[in-house]
Amino acid sequence: MDRAAIIGVGMTKIEKNKVRETFADMAWEAVNKALNDAGMTIADIDNVVTTSSDFWDGRTISCMAVGDASGAAHKNVSCVEGDGAYGALYGMTRCLSGSYKTTLVTGHSKGSEGVSSLITNAAFDPIYERALGLDMVTACALQARAYMHRTGTTEEQLALVSVKNHGNALKNPLTQLPLKITVQDVLASEPIADPLHKLDCSPVSDGCAAVIIAHESVATRFRQRPVWIRGVSFCADSFFLGDRNLSRARALAAAAKKAYAMADINDPKKEIDVVELHDAFTYQELLWLEEMGLAEAATAGKLLEKGDFDRNGRLPVNASGGLLSGHPVIAAGLYSLAAVVRQIRGDAGGFQVKKAKTGLAHGVNGLAGQSHCVFILDRDK
Amino acid sequence: MAKRVAIVGTGQTFHTSHRPDVNGQELINEAVIRALNDADLQMKDIDAIVIGNMDHFEGINYVDCWSVDGSGGTMKPIIKLTTGGTTGCTVAIGGYHLVGSGMFDRVLIIGWEKNSESDTTGAITTAFDPIWDRLVFAGAISGLAAEAQAYMARYGATDRDAARVSVRDRKHALNNPHAHLRREVTLEQVLASPILADPIHLLDVCPRSDGACAVIMASEDVAEKICPQPDWILGTAARHSYSYLGDADYGRLTSMREGSQELWKKAGIREPRKELDVIELYQPYSFGGLIWIEDMGLVGPGEAPRYIWDGNTDMGGELPINPSGGVISCNPIGATGLIRCAEAALQVMGKAEYRQVPDVKLAFSSGFGGCWWTDMILHGRKKPH
Repeated sequence: MDRAAIIGVGMTKIEKNKVRETFADMAWEAVNKALNDAGMTIADIDNVVTTSSDFWDGRTISCMAVGDASGAAHKNVSCVEGDGAYGALYGMTRCLSGSYKTTLVTGHSKGSEGVSSLITNAAFDPIYERALGLDMVTACALQARAYMHRTGTTEEQLALVSVKNHGNALKNPLTQLPLKITVQDVLASEPIADPLHKLDCSPVSDGCAAVIIAHESVATRFRQRPVWIRGVSFCADSFFLGDRNLSRARALAAAAKKAYAMADINDPKKEIDVVELHDAFTYQELLWLEEMGLAEAATAGKLLEKGDFDRNGRLPVNASGGLLSGHPVIAAGLYSLAAVVRQIRGDAGGFQVKKAKTGLAHGVNGLAGQSHCVFILDRDK
Repeated sequence: MAKRVAIVGTGQTFHTSHRPDVNGQELINEAVIRALNDADLQMKDIDAIVIGNMDHFEGINYVDCWSVDGSGGTMKPIIKLTTGGTTGCTVAIGGYHLVGSGMFDRVLIIGWEKNSESDTTGAITTAFDPIWDRLVFAGAISGLAAEAQAYMARYGATDRDAARVSVRDRKHALNNPHAHLRREVTLEQVLASPILADPIHLLDVCPRSDGACAVIMASEDVAEKICPQPDWILGTAARHSYSYLGDADYGRLTSMREGSQELWKKAGIREPRKELDVIELYQPYSFGGLIWIEDMGLVGPGEAPRYIWDGNTDMGGELPINPSGGVISCNPIGATGLIRCAEAALQVMGKAEYRQVPDVKLAFSSGFGGCWWTDMILHGRKKPH
């Protein structure tokens, strides 16, 4: 199989409310930053994939609002709906199929223009579940409790994820919520849905990210040293929460296993140097780490306390600040990919970790982690 | 090309304006089971799934995740592509790239819509910019009327010319058991039907249908083992060039012109009218059947009415268009483009039964939607080089 690489990234600052900017304005900024980063012009891009969501954007055919601004006019173009990591995955296959050499992938979200509880309530089954008033937060609270019950993970350990990631965000000028907080601050913050406090939950933010993916035949022609996509996989679990063991994420375990196999990784705990994962809620960081084989079952909380996942720890997780520090929902996976790319290139600035050669980026679709997408990126082909 | 890609199975539901007998997952499953049976495969053989619809038509967010009980997506890779009316063709192009990348050998592609569960015009209206476009154009029909008026003004074509296209497609639908509307109409009946938006009559346009379509694509490594005569994908192209209605060039379909030129070039086609054997055009209204075949380069500017009147695009003509009855006879929107792809595949595979065009070597299918957008696929009997 051919190889593909990420050769440019561009992100807007993540903010609570980009009141002066439209979707197109955000896309324009992210795309131009990515082109500048790669040392390319839009003429060097031969196809475009946008990532958007009709529900999150409040607009049918939501990709219509960003196509021109993403430089798609007179080019081949498509649109993925869901997390940006899936957009990148599709963009990569368009290069690997031999059809295109360079794919520009964008993802945008404006949480400020929607009501997230209504939008995520619409992801529940209209007959059996929607009228219960469930939304992403309450679904994830159920999952958090199930995970804590199974593993003995404590509320303090969840809170420590928030302390770490908001603290990491102090070094990342693109984040929305850099905070110097304590475990006590998290536990004292407003209860949202038991066991989650306000500081256990990510904000719903505004932002846009763009990445440029190139086929290996052109990956070294531009300014940046390519960051190679060595492995990628995605997988979905059952839909109904009751059909799943909510305390687990078997779809993530399956996706990670396949991505490792593709990347020729035998011992992910040793071979992966940096992780950016989907931490929309604090418990998710711990659960996902265990399911991806980056921590033994029921040990992530303890390893976190030991400092293993700190920016200077054994396996830095969400050194960028993660989604807890700013969560433009549909763009999230692209921000994670971009953060890993910058780590591997060694240009992550204040949140750079040491010796980042191989990294993992992760995106999630659906309720309480129903569907997962795992990328393994590497400095070497 | 990393891997060559072929269609090895297709499945369609029966379509009607309201399917209260099934919910969304069951509707999807009806198409999936038929496609699996057609390819003699089981769900466990499928490596990945691509699905698409228009969220606001059913009011369900994260459809790829919600539909796994119907699509078979549990513990499989599933991805959602959505581009409005072009969605059905977009998901097919998605499947082509997933298989072509070498990552997956057998990919299931699903397009579906239960239009009966929505206010289609209301949902389409929200596609357009809330400040500049939304108050001017409501839904789909008004924009199409503007396009038709521009074409008529440019070339002197009439609504009678368009009606001839509608008569053709509605007659062809008699041969298709999957078509939603199967009743022959006369020119006079089309012209006497109510005007929806001048110059478009009721019988010039498509219905909205409930239905689903599934297509299975396979890599060259396994395609011929699954199906003795697969439908090889020779190329794809897509253009979604406008965000604002006012930026489009009315009376011409720029996206069709640019996309088809790219496709002919990719496949080495010099004279598409002579080289193509059949076309399944996403043509939601009769005027599209005039304007867009000019943009494809089948005939010169303004020459479409004569070409159609002479019967060239009828069954038995030089280049039959829409043997299935087309979109005018059946339109479950998220599935509509994929039905075009499936119908073209059936023609190439020689499995189109009563609507079969003899000896099809090269077929074309398309999707239309958004702001005058076009997606397209070229199908062939021979494995591409």
